[in-house]
Amino acid sequence: MFTGHRERNILEFTLSSLLRRRGKHLALVVIYTALVFLLASVMFFAGSIREEASIVLRSSPEIILQKMIAGRQDLVPMRYAEVAEKIRGVQRVSPRLWGYYYSPATKSNYTLMVPDNFSYGDGHIVIGNGIARVMSAAKGDRISLLSPEGDPLTFIIAEVMDSRSELISSDLMLVSEGDFRELFDMPEGYVTDLALSVKNEKELSTIARKLSELLPGTRPVLRDEILRTYDAVFNWRAGLMITLLGASVFAFAIFAWDRASGLSAEERREIGILKAVGWETSDIILMKFWEGAVISLSSFLMGMVFAYLHVYFTSGALFWPVLKGWSVLYPEFRLLPHVDLYSIFTLFFLTVVPYTLITIIPSWRTATMDPDEVMRA
Amino acid sequence: MIELKDVTKVFNSGRPNEFAALRGITMSIEPLKVTAIEGPSGSGKTSLLSIVGCMSRPTSGRVWLDGREITSLPERFLTGIRRKTFGFVFQQFHLIKGITAIENVMLASYPTGESRPGIRKRALDILGMLGIREKAESKSQWLSGGEAQRVAIARALVNDPEILIADEPTAHLDTRLSEEFMQIFMRLKEDGRTIIISSHDPIVVNSGIVDSVRIIRDGVLA
Amino acid sequence: MRHKKAEVFLIATAVMATLLCLCLLHGRVQENLRADELAKRSRMVEELMLTDLALFMEARYTRHLSLADRHSAFQDHPMSLEHFPAGSLAGPPPHLTGVER
Repeated sequence: MFTGHRERNILEFTLSSLLRRRGKHLALVVIYTALVFLLASVMFFAGSIREEASIVLRSSPEIILQKMIAGRQDLVPMRYAEVAEKIRGVQRVSPRLWGYYYSPATKSNYTLMVPDNFSYGDGHIVIGNGIARVMSAAKGDRISLLSPEGDPLTFIIAEVMDSRSELISSDLMLVSEGDFRELFDMPEGYVTDLALSVKNEKELSTIARKLSELLPGTRPVLRDEILRTYDAVFNWRAGLMITLLGASVFAFAIFAWDRASGLSAEERREIGILKAVGWETSDIILMKFWEGAVISLSSFLMGMVFAYLHVYFTSGALFWPVLKGWSVLYPEFRLLPHVDLYSIFTLFFLTVVPYTLITIIPSWRTATMDPDEVMRA
Repeated sequence: MIELKDVTKVFNSGRPNEFAALRGITMSIEPLKVTAIEGPSGSGKTSLLSIVGCMSRPTSGRVWLDGREITSLPERFLTGIRRKTFGFVFQQFHLIKGITAIENVMLASYPTGESRPGIRKRALDILGMLGIREKAESKSQWLSGGEAQRVAIARALVNDPEILIADEPTAHLDTRLSEEFMQIFMRLKEDGRTIIISSHDPIVVNSGIVDSVRIIRDGVLA
Repeated sequence: MRHKKAEVFLIATAVMATLLCLCLLHGRVQENLRADELAKRSRMVEELMLTDLALFMEARYTRHLSLADRHSAFQDHPMSLEHFPAGSLAGPPPHLTGVER
């Protein structure tokens, strides 16, 4: 396609021809690039998040067992752990202690957790990098949290978690079990939920069924379900995505309509002239192919490159206002690039190919007419 | 040598506005001569020229080019013949607006697959021969009537055709430019080209270079 | 004069295509370079028994998407706007809707 003189001659003519209405075509390229940029940014961003979730959350507990009372999650009595432990295939049951803490000072929600063995001991706290940022706190500082009775509990920050883990730990606060129970006034013998480790993946559904039989008020959440949840995040069907996608498709349809609604009298006349001076139908089609390809290919390439730079070099800066929503605390993370050639090709076939076809098709009929007919019309 | 036999051309066939532009034309056109087709507007001159020049097909009848029957050839071959054998100069010049004169000339050669520098050199030579080389880089819409026509002639010549067809070439020119046009065509005839001109302009029809005049009226040769 | 415009276009396209390839290459390289970062996060998930990404922190059912239950606000409608935009970017967990997506 790039070797023959015929192709290049025709490309040269097409470019001269496009440059005649450079304002219009430039605007077209700008809008088109913006469209590809937006779609590709979402694609890269969502792809990275999904990939991250699918890898990182594979280390999540196989089963989380929650207790429900009257439609609310409730504390799990420790005796449930003993019941669960006896089920065949359950390797280990680990109680989890965690909850949310709302800080009126920063107007943000934190997730408090008790790790399995908290080495720093009572009176100490480990905080996520997001919290450190919001509070402008550093290692060694003291922070106070309020118990339900309004008594302040003071902690020394023993550690600020690595900023590179923000995507999972931004809002985490790790404390000792004693401090946790005191802060939330949580009775002994109760935990937030249970994490079950299971040796054989195939037994998961059987174990889940047994759990609901033995402990009817509980709800098991399988790891597979956790993973699938993040498979669906930023899914095209989610509200904002559909709005974005809808708007893009609509904008594209307007372009398409503009092109497909037929050629202007001037364009028809030009095709007639070209045919009359010896251009074949295939030459005209080649010209129209170039016309579509020049605009859509440039836009696609530029949009993709800009989107890549946007998502992976500025961490999707343009998405921050949208993603942040109403939350004060938001993780700052450098996304790990996830290059998915399949989606890139999909985007290519959804943008470049239809646009090029839309440019070619209306000219087809005109191009196959006898030149004198075209010029008489 | 071009021969036509019983050629008819009907537009809007089968519809209320059906109209026969040509009704049974049989004629032959001598090579290396200048043939003028004379007739009032609407007599079928342009239809005849476009059939002769492989721009359209007759509704019925046959056309031979150098003994080869061309009416039944597929479009692709017809285009090839048109490009190699015929050069057209249209009444309205039909230059493409917005691009330069030289590009208008060159574009007729683009599909041949020849390299661009070669085409450009030839186009410049022809423009030089026609005396408008300095207008090569002007946008076509800024050319005067006479200049536009020369560009149109240059475009017709760029593929070095054997046969040159001009449809009412002097319709938009004043007397001086019309005479200059005939001078140009005189030279082209001397170069050894077959020339077919449709016109009802006495300057053309009565000029010394025309070898034979055929008169057409209401789609029939007189 | 050769194919001036055509050459400019083809070169520009080639440059853009190369840039895109470089981007993708950068992606691949980063994926390998930062694999340990990922492994660290995986380890953290394992140690702390985490279940979710800290993506949206404005409400409990967006902070822990996968643990959201049938009574959480955003199960009402897949396009719910209770907590815009989080509720709109993340659908309800598939195991609640019974719809594979």
